[in-house]
Amino acid sequence: MYEMTLGLEIHCELKTESKIFCGCRNEFGGEPNTHCCPVCSGFPGVMPVLNEKAVEYTVRTGLALNCEISRYSKWDRKNYFYPDLPKAWQTSQYDLPLCKGGFVEYELDGKIKTVRINRIHLEEDAGKLLHEGGVSRIDYNRSGVPLMEIVTEPDLHSEAEAVAFLDGLKSVLKYIGVSDVKMQEGSLRCDVNLSVAKPGQKLGTRTETKNLNSFSAVKRSILFEYDRQCGVLNAGGTITQETRRWDDNKSVGYSMRGKEDAHDYRYFPEPDLMPVVLSGEKIEEIRKAIPRLKKERIAIYTEKLGLPLYDARILTADKDIADLFEGTAAVFKNPKKASNYIMSEIMRKGKREGSEDVEIGVSPAALAEILTLIDSGVISLAASKDVLDAVWNGAESPLAAVERLGLRQNSDSGELESAVKEVIAANASAAEQYKAGNQKVAAFLVGQVMKATKGKSNPKLVGELIEKLLKTN
Amino acid sequence: MKVTRKEVERIAALGRLELSEEQKREMEAHLSGMTEHFKMLDAVDTSSVPPTAHILDKVNVLRPDKAEPSFERDALLANAPERDGECYIVPRAVE
Repeated sequence: MYEMTLGLEIHCELKTESKIFCGCRNEFGGEPNTHCCPVCSGFPGVMPVLNEKAVEYTVRTGLALNCEISRYSKWDRKNYFYPDLPKAWQTSQYDLPLCKGGFVEYELDGKIKTVRINRIHLEEDAGKLLHEGGVSRIDYNRSGVPLMEIVTEPDLHSEAEAVAFLDGLKSVLKYIGVSDVKMQEGSLRCDVNLSVAKPGQKLGTRTETKNLNSFSAVKRSILFEYDRQCGVLNAGGTITQETRRWDDNKSVGYSMRGKEDAHDYRYFPEPDLMPVVLSGEKIEEIRKAIPRLKKERIAIYTEKLGLPLYDARILTADKDIADLFEGTAAVFKNPKKASNYIMSEIMRKGKREGSEDVEIGVSPAALAEILTLIDSGVISLAASKDVLDAVWNGAESPLAAVERLGLRQNSDSGELESAVKEVIAANASAAEQYKAGNQKVAAFLVGQVMKATKGKSNPKLVGELIEKLLKTN
Repeated sequence: MKVTRKEVERIAALGRLELSEEQKREMEAHLSGMTEHFKMLDAVDTSSVPPTAHILDKVNVLRPDKAEPSFERDALLANAPERDGECYIVPRAVE
């Protein structure tokens, strides 16, 4: 039985306003070639000027991942011919990257595990090729987007570990605000280096599967490549060191042939860019700008806000959710109720098919207002879902939505009493059971009243009325 | 230092250059001459000189992260040998 060893290279697009070497907008999408200029389109004779924010974000990441920050780093040209790079080289960092060493802790099956980081360097992203018929169309909007590459040591040994690590890393990157880490938009991509060996033996020859853009693709490509390598070795063959691709639709990996002879990037120092020198003060200044991470937030939620650890973990899994919770709890002073509502309604509503992210369409202020409306009995919990639908990604205020949709619940006991009486009359046997001491049917009767009044009754009041009417009967 | 025929061919292949036999012979001579010339640097004692990343002393040439208007697409595409109004078009290139 072979054991697998994995090392990952994670490419992460930084969330700057402009590109790395020019002022073109760094923005996903857009009409092809509309976020471009001679610099990012690789025109001859142009000069790049480094974006200071891209450096800061990379250093911030290095600090969050416990790296040593280089006081002196430089730029290099990585030469290769492929039309996604108009200059025929990628400006990158070779021997003096911005960050070295470091580690990431992640959790799997309740255990804390560690992956060492080898290095983090900064480079430019390439353009996008759209293959159509006999030609390739090129869109350079992505060309020059600041791209950070995080390289791990080979410390992972299963697909589950790889995904759990990526999930932990993704959370850190989002918390520190350097990237929106949207795998489906390509702002986080992963290359997997994999080798197999019998336990105790030295590492086998590795292959690299490039450009995986979902956790599911990472997982399936690892299982595929592990099986393939084991199969080759079991049949007496040897593993060739090679670069591979993953076809996500067919769930198969394949070799990129014919690259061996040209696999020499001829790195050399970039003469158009000056080295970056960072002082101790500058590094400390960047360190101070790192926002509170997951661990710290969990401590605050459990210790100061009195939430169970279970809630704190779910709320902090995604920074957007954690921010929504904190903003809501600052206004609506019942953290547990806010937590419950976010964990149920918001997370259900914000979950997208085929995406690891939760999209939030409600502001903390609006959510606090909805919770206050429920709490003060103006709307029922059931009706709050319609309010949430109405305000989601919109400008309407919750209260305005309540009035427009007529969701204000009935707290008029006279009107309610007749509705309750009707339900009791129509459900005589349930009423008898209640009177005989079966408290459980109360919920059924309340439900019937809610149904009859289309959810617009105050369930608490309905419960009280049922009790009153059946006891005095 | 002699640059061999094999090295010339490899360098040409990396640069996507097709050289005739005649040109390969010329390159062998030229590149050998150049490396020979630079060998004179070996005579200099550089043990106390730190590695040089750039010939200029300047460091930290940075710009603030501010978006500026991009170029007109038509102007950018005007130089492309082939284009379709939105994109540059090249022979199909699948890695």
